[in-house]
Amino acid sequence: MKIVVDRDLCQGHAACEGEAPEVFSVSKRGELTVLDPSPAEDLRAAVELAVRYCPTHALRIEEE
Amino acid sequence: MTTSEAVREPPRVSGGEGENGHLAEFSHDPIALMARVRAECGDVGEFTIGHRDVVLLTGADANEFYFRAPEELLDQAEAYPFMTPIFGEGVVFDASPERRREMLHNQALRDKFMRGHAATIAEQVEEMVAAWDDEGEIDLLDWFAELTIYTSSACLIGTRFRRELDGRFARLYHDLEQGTDPIAYVDPYAPIESFRRRDAARVALVELVQGIMERRAAGPPPPEGEQDLLDVLMSIKDEHGNERFSADTVTGMFISMMFAGHHTTSGTAAWTLIELLRHPPELAAVTDEIDFLYAGGEEVSFQALREIPHLESALKEALRLHPPLILLLRVAMEDITYKNVHIAAGKLVGASPSICNRIPEDFPEPDRFVPGRYLDGREEDRANPWTWIPFGAGRHRCVGAAFAMMQLKAIFSVLLQGWEFEAAQPLDSYRNDHSKVVVQLQQPCRVRYRRRAPGTNL
Repeated sequence: MKIVVDRDLCQGHAACEGEAPEVFSVSKRGELTVLDPSPAEDLRAAVELAVRYCPTHALRIEEE
Repeated sequence: MTTSEAVREPPRVSGGEGENGHLAEFSHDPIALMARVRAECGDVGEFTIGHRDVVLLTGADANEFYFRAPEELLDQAEAYPFMTPIFGEGVVFDASPERRREMLHNQALRDKFMRGHAATIAEQVEEMVAAWDDEGEIDLLDWFAELTIYTSSACLIGTRFRRELDGRFARLYHDLEQGTDPIAYVDPYAPIESFRRRDAARVALVELVQGIMERRAAGPPPPEGEQDLLDVLMSIKDEHGNERFSADTVTGMFISMMFAGHHTTSGTAAWTLIELLRHPPELAAVTDEIDFLYAGGEEVSFQALREIPHLESALKEALRLHPPLILLLRVAMEDITYKNVHIAAGKLVGASPSICNRIPEDFPEPDRFVPGRYLDGREEDRANPWTWIPFGAGRHRCVGAAFAMMQLKAIFSVLLQGWEFEAAQPLDSYRNDHSKVVVQLQQPCRVRYRRRAPGTNL
């Protein structure tokens, strides 16, 4: 799977970091860094929660 | 780019022949006016307030365009002229998306402060219901407006400041909110009663804050750990060693910090209770859920941050049907073409939660209160990110949304555990007053409360 971020929409709430800290990191200034753009399958559940709980719907998963 | 149609001006909605265009209708029934724009003109249509044309975009496609537009195209800063006399000159109404990101991260709204806020909110509700008898009557507007003054001042400024406030602050704040007659689009200083009251209220609020600052300056320093935002602001000196911020400036900052979260949360709390009273099976489901979740004596500060599905669905449905902001506005900073329609630079451009939240294609039975639409895989809010817009969407989405939901969950956790409610007037007589841009419940809006018998919440 591949993670796609819609930068128009991200407000830096860091909900994703809370769900999947191995994959997402949000700086003090609220800037999101995707640490692992193509995470392994065992992280899928966490990444799906990150997508689900993003308050601005800025994340989605693309299948490779 | 080739287009099959020539670029045209936005279609205009019917009516509005008078001197101030649709101002009179907008002040009387803005939702009917905006619904007519969509019915007559489709996704893009125009009406006029005073001398300002408002291009109203509705529907998922147009909203996505609107909410994705960068500041250089659609700017929020100048779209709300009625706020300047309330906040004071030089206090900005909105911040850039970059600044909003920083605010989310550095200030009181950050996730890690939420648990403390939930505890503070629960305390404020407990304190207010402590003044109740075993049964009685409240006015929903007065009661929730006062409560949310205490919760927002306690969470955003500090509990030390909250303890220095009483009902006077809430009543003056209400006069500010009432000072948002849409005639402000013609003249924010027009000689009308609600603007006179607005200006008098601001002066009186500055006096209250001045008094608090003087008492603090004369008194001992705050106990360790109780320093709040006002202490911090008072400690900042200019180059001459004088206080950097006057009472007027501080008051303006506090008014603006509290504004976005005040009438919005107060109104949503009231409408949630009204809709639950109109739908007894939903009220029973929410009450049972609260009783179950708190049966083991859990703290509100813990539970309000977790899922409370029925209550959350009821809150979302109240927000969908009665969004606190009925029209979001921006100013077109340059000529814009959207789907062959020309939006001239300088025009106001609007998106309407009231209209979009009820688009029947997205929300079946749009006028019915159906909390179940958020449950069981339907999730109509997530399915319609561009039309389920009580909090707006995209880069300008309300930064306080998570705080607001937590606050409302905390409020109802306390109220429903301890109290039963019933309408004190016909259920269809509760309605909003749309004569001001800040929409509030029309009074009277009374409900009766009764202490729950011991044992009924086991």
